Amino acid sequence: MYATMSERPAGKAMTRPRVSVRPGSRGVAESTKPDLRRVFELQGVGVTYSGVAAVREVSMDIYENEVTALIGPSGCGKSTLIRCLNRMNDLVADCEVVGKLHYQGEDLYGPNVDPVQVRKLIGMVFQKPNPFPKSIRDNVAFGPKMIGQEGDLDEVVERALRGAALWDEVKDRLDKSAFGLSGGQQQRLCIARCIAVEPEVILMDEPCSALDPISTGRIEDLMLELKEHYSIVIVTHNMQQAARVSDRTAFLMVEQSPDERASWGRVVEYDLTGKIFTNPADQRTEDYVSGKVG
Amino acid sequence: MRPGDPRTARAEVALASARGVGTEIFSSQPRADVIRAAAFSVALYAALALAVLGLAVLVLDNLIEGAPRLNPALLTNGTSSLPANAGLRSALIGTLWIIGFVIVLIVPLGVGAAVFLEEYAGSRSRVARLIELNVQNLAAVPSIIYGLLGLAFIARAPLNLGFVVLTASLTLALLVLPVVILVAREALRAVPGSVREGSLALGATKWQTIRHQVLPAAVPGIATGVILAISRAIGETAPLVPLGAATFVTFDPNGPFSRYTALPLQIFDWVKQPQAEFQTLAAAAIIVMLGLLLAMNSVAIWLRNRYERSW
Repeated sequence: MYATMSERPAGKAMTRPRVSVRPGSRGVAESTKPDLRRVFELQGVGVTYSGVAAVREVSMDIYENEVTALIGPSGCGKSTLIRCLNRMNDLVADCEVVGKLHYQGEDLYGPNVDPVQVRKLIGMVFQKPNPFPKSIRDNVAFGPKMIGQEGDLDEVVERALRGAALWDEVKDRLDKSAFGLSGGQQQRLCIARCIAVEPEVILMDEPCSALDPISTGRIEDLMLELKEHYSIVIVTHNMQQAARVSDRTAFLMVEQSPDERASWGRVVEYDLTGKIFTNPADQRTEDYVSGKVG
Repeated sequence: MRPGDPRTARAEVALASARGVGTEIFSSQPRADVIRAAAFSVALYAALALAVLGLAVLVLDNLIEGAPRLNPALLTNGTSSLPANAGLRSALIGTLWIIGFVIVLIVPLGVGAAVFLEEYAGSRSRVARLIELNVQNLAAVPSIIYGLLGLAFIARAPLNLGFVVLTASLTLALLVLPVVILVAREALRAVPGSVREGSLALGATKWQTIRHQVLPAAVPGIATGVILAISRAIGETAPLVPLGAATFVTFDPNGPFSRYTALPLQIFDWVKQPQAEFQTLAAAAIIVMLGLLLAMNSVAIWLRNRYERSW
């Protein structure tokens, strides 16, 4: 299956007009958006669980209104890394994040930064759809209610569901349980729930890994629409998906200590998606995206 | 025919089917396995039947014996030394007062303790582990010990409440609190972590997450635990004996600081009497108490279903 993968995503990415594949160039993406703003700046970011390194020395910038994909084999720390970006790792006991991780110029892990406030601006969609055991309406209205939004939440709910391309499918059953939806609908509900609180960034941790190809396609279309208003970071196992939806791709790999006792994830290469898939600078990236390894 | 010859194999199959062993393709289950499986299911049914039979005999025996006195007057008549006039009213009202206060005490305390242990205290916190160990031990302490504790600390100094409804409520609340805490913790633990993550990722605080997501999802389990605890509290007799539950009250308990009696003690008192009429009365009272417990369990089931549907 990897053989076809190596050809198709590259071909698809090439047809995307915004992505240039010329090495050394920032690409058309920059020319259409002259003031490309950095949302996240990572410099030497490392994560340890109980002192054991999971990710080391990650340095990358993530830009506004782009889809940034993190790809790589299992255990390379993609999920760990994305969970640093809205401080979900704070929930894991003994998890420590080192290095510089700035959000719009402010230290995300600064002493006066409340992780709750962080998560209001930086939402997250998880691998497995996790609707709340409530009605569809209450699922979407929950976030706005919790941040103290009052008044007509029906409008907020409708806007969020439309934004997640789910409104037409659920408008007649808003008060029914969210568990009655299909997996793909549940995941779009989670996206609606996320955009209802009007974040600036949406993090997606393998959002389609539990979905069938048609639902996956819907969510990918949605991502391309959403990036007009939000910056999106997505972790994916699916290289085709990264090629289809992302503007930039970071390839992570597992690195081993010389004595092979410890291993951790590290970013091998980070560049425009077109370049990563057609003309990667690193041999290891090329081996991975062409399906020779992994 | 040589071994390995296909004709040999065919012949063997034919021979086997002629003997009635298995089919042509599937061999039959070894006989020992069949017998073992049957014996196991018989044993399971026997265990179930024994438990149900015990209850059925108890209920039937009391129903037959108490039938002459199972009438509304049993519930409306007060205490009397004449069996013909005696009824359960005072004891029933006493039990309702006691249980009412028990509920008020155990729901916030039990759920609060469970939320603290499950959500706030880390699993590695020493204090939490110490509390947990104590809760588990307390659940196994004989109820008479709680009665003596109530006598020493609640009925007498330092609380010095005397032999009143509230003393009984506080003591019974202490007695059943460990059960509530243990069951509520299980219910909280059963709420998937993905619900907590989803809520926190939307910018909800920890308390908002617990209050609006975790607790509502755990309500069915918690309600079950509370009702189980209350059922136990209703039936407890031993701790009330040292707490001065009078067996002969000529008035109806009318508040937390009223003297009282309770259903199980009333039954105990009647059973002790030499007159056969009192035995009949006791049997009828047992049916009333079982009915009350059954009604409470039904409420628990109804509550649970209602909450589950409202998702």
